[in-house]
Amino acid sequence: MNAPNSFRAQPDERGHFGDYGGRYVAETLMPLILELEREYRAAKSDPAFQAQFDDLLEHYVGRPSPLYYAERLTDALRENATDGMGAEIWFKRDELNHTGAHKINNCIGQILLAIRMGKTRIIAETGAGQHGVATATVCARFGLPCVIYMGAKDVERQAPNVFRMKLLGAEVRAVQSGAHTLKDAMNEAMRDWVANVHDTFYIIGTAAGPHPYPELVRDFQSVIGREARAQMMARIGRLPDLLVAAIGGGSNAIGLFHPFLDDPDVQMLGVEAAGEGLEKKHAASLAGGFPGVLHGNKTYLLQDEDGQIAEAHSISAGLDYPGIGPEHAWLKDIGRVEYTAVTDDEALDAFQLLCRTEGIIPALEPSHAIAAVSRKAREMRQDQVILANLCGRGDKDIFTVAHALGVAI
Amino acid sequence: MSRLSQAFTKGHAALVTFVTAGDGDTPAVLDALVAAGADVIELGMPFTDPMADGPAIQAANIRSLVAGTTTADILRIARDFRARHADVPLVLMGYANPMVRRGADWFASAAKEAGVDGVICVDIPPEEDEALGPALRRSGIDLVRLATPTTDVARLPQVLDGASGFVYYVSVAGITGLQQAAQGSIEDAVARLKAATDLPIAVGFGVRTPDQAREIARVADGVVVGSAIVELVAAHGRDAPAHVRTYVEGLAAAVRAARKELA
Repeated sequence: MNAPNSFRAQPDERGHFGDYGGRYVAETLMPLILELEREYRAAKSDPAFQAQFDDLLEHYVGRPSPLYYAERLTDALRENATDGMGAEIWFKRDELNHTGAHKINNCIGQILLAIRMGKTRIIAETGAGQHGVATATVCARFGLPCVIYMGAKDVERQAPNVFRMKLLGAEVRAVQSGAHTLKDAMNEAMRDWVANVHDTFYIIGTAAGPHPYPELVRDFQSVIGREARAQMMARIGRLPDLLVAAIGGGSNAIGLFHPFLDDPDVQMLGVEAAGEGLEKKHAASLAGGFPGVLHGNKTYLLQDEDGQIAEAHSISAGLDYPGIGPEHAWLKDIGRVEYTAVTDDEALDAFQLLCRTEGIIPALEPSHAIAAVSRKAREMRQDQVILANLCGRGDKDIFTVAHALGVAI
Repeated sequence: MSRLSQAFTKGHAALVTFVTAGDGDTPAVLDALVAAGADVIELGMPFTDPMADGPAIQAANIRSLVAGTTTADILRIARDFRARHADVPLVLMGYANPMVRRGADWFASAAKEAGVDGVICVDIPPEEDEALGPALRRSGIDLVRLATPTTDVARLPQVLDGASGFVYYVSVAGITGLQQAAQGSIEDAVARLKAATDLPIAVGFGVRTPDQAREIARVADGVVVGSAIVELVAAHGRDAPAHVRTYVEGLAAAVRAARKELA
């Protein structure tokens, strides 16, 4: 590995993370993207912006989120480990945020940017509905009209979140194009954006899309890692040995990882969705994809030999996307972060394990991280520490899980 | 001057027509376009995620891909077209991913070998030119850049740097096939572009009727029509070429009748 001086200095001034990222958008959007970048730079160095962001995170979102030692999960995994093995497992409790996931951190930051830029209308895409709910929430909080694009198939399978968004005053538009899922919702949001550039701000939900989105979403989500770092030092006086987080687009993972990237003793593991298995239908862009260009950035994509984008599959609607944020693509190539994949079945097992051992119902997204933690903990000594991001709560998923377990509710 | 640029020097505005490759009987539709008087052919490369396109071209993309169209098929359509029509310029239009999948150099040389004159890539702005531009220039293929209502005067030189063939003015900030821009805004934009470049300026997005085409042809070097043709292909199936021919003849007559008022 040809290590740079810092892993935290990306992207370059053109928005590239190594070969990845960039600004692959239609010319109509280019001037807007450049304006967003200028405005983000100004906001970043404006103490008033930062103060407002911090204040909302504390009093509206409920930060800092707790750092929790999962003692019974640790013990349960030690039962199946050889002597002296079985690392301590800690969770960053971002599922306790207002709206139930990490998504709100980013939405707060982006809506403040939108207001700063004088935009009067908000659009967003959503898959499972978590980002849609978080966006609708901040739009209600700041009194801005909000249109959420959601694949028609997802509208059907995530009815509770659709109703939440409507309660919050958002208009939910069911997207009938393509395969009716997250990537099509993103296409439709971009079509809206290109036709309404003058008054509309697009709140992208993950650390992907054209520059500067991957950077600014990462920065807003890095509150997770900054808090976790300080909390770990306060609680055990040292940094964890391994960080673990689930990856769809990768915003919760990059938010946890980024503040630790220059700590050489901290290993990191990103967990993609292997769906029905990597040989079958899955959503693991790094494990099963190739570099390409989609939705404004160059990154690993599930695609065929002609560059046509493949349909992703995961039991977790939040991981059901054929791409991944460009910074993860770069971190994989340079080897700083290790990536693995977990199947639907493994995630379901981990979901139930956490319910029973800790009294926490996790979302299906972090259930993938927990499944990977279960594997890793056995290979690590008892005096080692794993910190995983519990990025969402599972209330939204109980219907999906019941269906998968063959239970009628 | 390239075969593509020459199409704009016939003493009237060039009629630029778009169809999606692999949607219907594309060779027959292409022949109908030429017979009807199209001066430049844009052959759309279907993509699963056509983010800048409206409903008509989205549906054409899906029909084509469902029918199994591959990149090899598109290049074969181009090569066969070139064999039948030695002098009609052919431009591939589409999205970045299918173009760069096997490498930009592969795409540029395959397109050259198939007799393609130019390429329009929707989602590679000048900022990302390296992804495709150098390979096209090495192969002698024109890179047609897009200018839009949001492209201001300060940005224009960057858009024009490395552009060749013609400049495609997207007259509406939006997606293909829906609204049409006001004539006044088109005239202003063409004047702004003409002040910045010697390349021909073709205007498109939302152009449907011979009257619209005539108005634009008075001020611009070219008029682009896409969605309306694609809709005929969708509506008429096997009979589409005859319908396309009749429709495009009307456009061609209107464009030829318009008198260019700007040199």
